[in-house]
Amino acid sequence: MNAAVSDAYHRRPGERFWPFVLRQFRPSGPLVTPFNVITVGLMLVAAVILAWRFVYGLGSVTNLNQDFAWGLWIGFDVMAGVAFAGGAYVLCFLVYILRMEKYHAIVRVTVLNGFLAYVFYASALLLDLGRPWNVVNPIIGNSFGLTSVLFLVAWHFMLYMGAELIEFSPAIAEWGGFRKLHKVLTALTVGTVVFGITLSTLHQSALGALYLMAKPKVHPLWYSEFIPVLFFVSSIFAGMAMVIFEGGISAKVFADRTGDDVKRSHHRIVIGLARLAGGAMFVYLFLQVVQFVHEAKWNHFEGGWAAWWLVEILGLTAVPMVLFMLGSTRNRMGFIKVAAVLTLLGVLLNRLNLSVIAFKWYAPVHYVPSWQEFVVSAAVLSAELWVFRWVVRRMPVLGGEPAWARAHATQPATVPVVPGAVPAMMQAERR
Amino acid sequence: MDRRFFFKVVGAAAGTTLVGAAPRDAEAAATASRSADDAYGVLVDLTRCVGCRTCEVACASANGLPAPSEADDKPGAPPRATNDTQWTVVNRHDTSKGEVYAKSQCMHCIEPACAAGCLTKALFKTQEGPVVWRADKCMGCRFCMVSCPFDAPKFEYNSWNPKIQKCQMCWERAKANGLPACVENCPNEALTFGKRGELLEIARQRIYQNPGQYVSHIYGEHEAGGTAVLYISPVDFAEVGFRTDLDTTSYPETTRDFLTAVPLILTAFPAFLMGLRQATGRSAEAQDAPHSEA
Repeated sequence: MNAAVSDAYHRRPGERFWPFVLRQFRPSGPLVTPFNVITVGLMLVAAVILAWRFVYGLGSVTNLNQDFAWGLWIGFDVMAGVAFAGGAYVLCFLVYILRMEKYHAIVRVTVLNGFLAYVFYASALLLDLGRPWNVVNPIIGNSFGLTSVLFLVAWHFMLYMGAELIEFSPAIAEWGGFRKLHKVLTALTVGTVVFGITLSTLHQSALGALYLMAKPKVHPLWYSEFIPVLFFVSSIFAGMAMVIFEGGISAKVFADRTGDDVKRSHHRIVIGLARLAGGAMFVYLFLQVVQFVHEAKWNHFEGGWAAWWLVEILGLTAVPMVLFMLGSTRNRMGFIKVAAVLTLLGVLLNRLNLSVIAFKWYAPVHYVPSWQEFVVSAAVLSAELWVFRWVVRRMPVLGGEPAWARAHATQPATVPVVPGAVPAMMQAERR
Repeated sequence: MDRRFFFKVVGAAAGTTLVGAAPRDAEAAATASRSADDAYGVLVDLTRCVGCRTCEVACASANGLPAPSEADDKPGAPPRATNDTQWTVVNRHDTSKGEVYAKSQCMHCIEPACAAGCLTKALFKTQEGPVVWRADKCMGCRFCMVSCPFDAPKFEYNSWNPKIQKCQMCWERAKANGLPACVENCPNEALTFGKRGELLEIARQRIYQNPGQYVSHIYGEHEAGGTAVLYISPVDFAEVGFRTDLDTTSYPETTRDFLTAVPLILTAFPAFLMGLRQATGRSAEAQDAPHSEA
């Protein structure tokens, strides 16, 4: 814990709430940086594009058409974005269900990442809806489309955002100095985690199940009745790769906000996550082989599509799997970092293949996203990074929670809270 | 005991209030009680169609759509597709038996993928047969367009308040005077409106009684699990641009196992996870020091 840092950011006892919040909105670094200039520019251009889109229709800024109803905003923002946010439920499973304390130090930042990913990417869905004001219909019951996989996705997204907010909320309570509320919110954690893992299992696979009905349109190499299972398994290693990737960046960018226990355990955490990702990728590839044989895919294994399929399966799944395994057994961080990037590209390619590239592969004219679609996607990402940076710079996310908060652990009093217990915890971590 | 039956039993036991099997089965039962062959449909006889495109004009005027352009069916022109301002189009095809004209529109599937996929039931299969669109429910997600094997639903990409546009089999009109506009105005009786079961009988009769005139296939009898619009043709359907690689089971069938597993996972997973947490608890208690939760 770096007490010096946390003291400057937490609300001090007796400090009034609103002046404290106002103080928190003051910029904490220089305003004119390359990152700020580029992202603000993107967001301003996107605002104009979106204003245009809500007046003149989706066709005025996107290349969507009667043959390609879903494009980059679904294939990238939702399909890939939600898979990348899978780290939150996997880490919650490791820490709260399997009680692997080693990963405790990064649960908060991963849950925050997952929550913001859902809020921004899944909410970017609203930009893609033709009649967004009717988005409340499936919630208020006008009408319930119970036969629809999309109905399940909509409800689960909504419920899961709530679950992740509750999972993260102790950090907000610590920041604002709400001690009593903190106790209540902390007590909710395990129940929420169990609910959240269940919801994630279902909606990660449901995103794939959306394409089951598009059977005559998806290239047979990508179509399979296993799609929901493949989506679920790949969300595990997509999430792990994202945690490794952004963890490496956060460690540098937010070094001043990172607690000692995160710094100390970073290396071992990455090794553990790499091993887990490699294992999940092995399961995934095994399933791919099973469905290849089961559904006699060699009948469709020809031409450029076969080569393209191998790029995804061998180049961007099997190769990073081997790198993850070598990296974790031989302690090579370089291998693991390369593997994480390749894995992210592989999952992105897989989601885009199913939803855009190998979708209607027979169409004479194919959909290519317009520049406006790219700008809006980049602006959504920028907005998320701004909020993420604001939260990480101010709330105890990467460590540095106030001392009083440590007493509210949910493992209820199996071990008495004593000040000398922290070194003991570090010994436990070292195993 | 097969897998589906197992899921059904477990799903029903898991509780009927959860999203998943039970309400859908109730709905399926309601549809089954009224046989698909008892609902209305249209038979299209391609041997009788002369490509006059009266149906296109009648459709446009009956549904308040702009009049179809006359210029775009020259020989050699690529086949036109229906779009957001035209619910039906007639295309000319050069086939092994000379020119054949084929009308296309929504097929009004018995189990439509668009309606099964619609999360607000904006696309809705009526008891009478037509699949209709309901503006007050639609949020414009376009999943219907992704799921429809015939690419029937079209979207108004250039409107701030877009509608899903597709043939409604003149449902409102049919309630008043009984005939869809295209059927009523076809000068050559290429189109027949009636109950699907009767249309299948008529189609079979024409095929049997006119040897050599038709291929022995009723398109829509089994395609995509069966459609309310049926076709008979002088040439193979591939020659007139129809998809001949579609499943004979309905496309909602592809998601049935997944949806049936949902209540099972929703109830079994939390119990399993809590059990796992309990199981790991004992060893954790022995070695854990207190630690704050995230």
